[in-house]
Amino acid sequence: MGYQLNLRIWRGDATAGGLVGYPVTVEEGEVVLDAVHRVQATQAGDLAVRWNCKAGKCGSCSAEINGRPRLMCMARLSALPRDAVTVTPLRTFPVIRDLVCDVSFNYRKAQQIPSFTPPTDLAAGEYRMRQADVERSQEFRKCIECWLCQDVCHVIRDHEDNKVAFAGPRLFIRHAELDMHPLDTLDRRTQLREAHGIGLCNITKCCTEVCPENIHITDNAIIPMKERVVDRRYDPLRRLFPNWRHKPQPDGGQP
Amino acid sequence: MARTHSLTGGRGESGTRAPGRAPITARTLRTDAWWAYPASTFMVLLAFVVYSTYAALANRDYYADPYLSPFYSPCLSTHCGAVPGSAGAPHLGWFGTWWIITPAVIILIFPLGFRLTCYYYRKAYYRAFWLSPPACAVPEPRRRYTGETWFPLILQNIHRYFFYAAVAFNLVLTWDAVIAFDFDGHIGIGVGSAVLVINAVLLWLYTLSCHACRHAVGGRINNFSRHPVRYWLWTWVSRINPIHGRLAWASLVWVALTDLYVRLDAAGVLHDPRFV
Repeated sequence: MGYQLNLRIWRGDATAGGLVGYPVTVEEGEVVLDAVHRVQATQAGDLAVRWNCKAGKCGSCSAEINGRPRLMCMARLSALPRDAVTVTPLRTFPVIRDLVCDVSFNYRKAQQIPSFTPPTDLAAGEYRMRQADVERSQEFRKCIECWLCQDVCHVIRDHEDNKVAFAGPRLFIRHAELDMHPLDTLDRRTQLREAHGIGLCNITKCCTEVCPENIHITDNAIIPMKERVVDRRYDPLRRLFPNWRHKPQPDGGQP
Repeated sequence: MARTHSLTGGRGESGTRAPGRAPITARTLRTDAWWAYPASTFMVLLAFVVYSTYAALANRDYYADPYLSPFYSPCLSTHCGAVPGSAGAPHLGWFGTWWIITPAVIILIFPLGFRLTCYYYRKAYYRAFWLSPPACAVPEPRRRYTGETWFPLILQNIHRYFFYAAVAFNLVLTWDAVIAFDFDGHIGIGVGSAVLVINAVLLWLYTLSCHACRHAVGGRINNFSRHPVRYWLWTWVSRINPIHGRLAWASLVWVALTDLYVRLDAAGVLHDPRFV
């Protein structure tokens, strides 16, 4: 059974813009991206929208639907008000046009994280690990880099100036994935604290709430990494009696 | 189509109105009841703070043989038992007659510190009291934000020490639950016995599901296969860790109800029903 929906889409660029209402007929079972595509096909051919898989796996169609960061392809219209739905671009990143944002901030931060660094005496193909040792990291591999967690994180959403010293939840799980890896040889805690600002996170769990892959970002990545930073930096007993096997720092220095 | 309104971002703005971002003037476009969680959290936590402050400062009616209020356990002052509603209260006497104010303040700093630095409560009160942020995608009111990098919030990093103290307190409160079955040398069961047992169980579950506990038992190691016992412990803590928040609320409310039950019993307002 179809019905008429007032779809309000933000149109504009960094200099000016506004919400534009489009009356569009939608069907039961459709998602927001279907409605946006129908508007694009019938009423606004120049509407800029980024999308790809329509299956919640590519992370392209991130937007804010009725003020909440979500994937448009996974937002069922049946779970939203039937009279009006508002769609805006992500409000943490610079807008390019309409619903398309410049998310290069996230890639710049990702480049700063040293990649997996196995022991030098192991050649490719010689890595041997038990499932128990790698299953924690495997949860973080589900990330589709939709940047919803980065968008909702108030540390940078509400404070543009923090973007210099804060990497964000997605990059924290990248740190966790590598730091918890049984064969990674780098100690990533100093970079995580000093350059990527894990101390700025105040555990309000919005990143976990919006993750479309249901990764337990806060409980399984950020808090464990905060505790590891405490081991290294704040716990006097751990500083007096440190682990005798030091990992090297990413910059090659000693801990 | 119809343009509903045109918005232009002001230069020099911060937050979601920072230059380059989509110039949307509305602080949030959320249409759901996002305020319900911070409002309810604020009310419950405020009610607990008011009640616990009263209970701690009252300095009376905290022992009704054999029940000792968790707000006064362990009782470290020789004054325990000398105030109305505390006759016979067991005490360790570490603080002599020179200690003249309520003995509750000696010990409450530890459970208070454990809950203040708890990763779950941090979410709760940062949202409800600090409004940092009040809800997801709802802007916070302050222009400057330093998180937990400066004093006093950098002290959140000593949570694990409060966890160690909480384990010690739980042992004491477990002993209190055990002696709650001792009625003048005879084993019995009263409503108060069940209340103290539930209190101890909830506090143990809350404490053992803590993130610092999870880290201590195994979270800090990377090779679980080489530490099977710690991996087993970590696995069990990980199973209850997802309900840490619910356990935080349940144990908080129940510890207040336990004190209230003992207080009413000690004051003679109610008579403890005995099953055996």
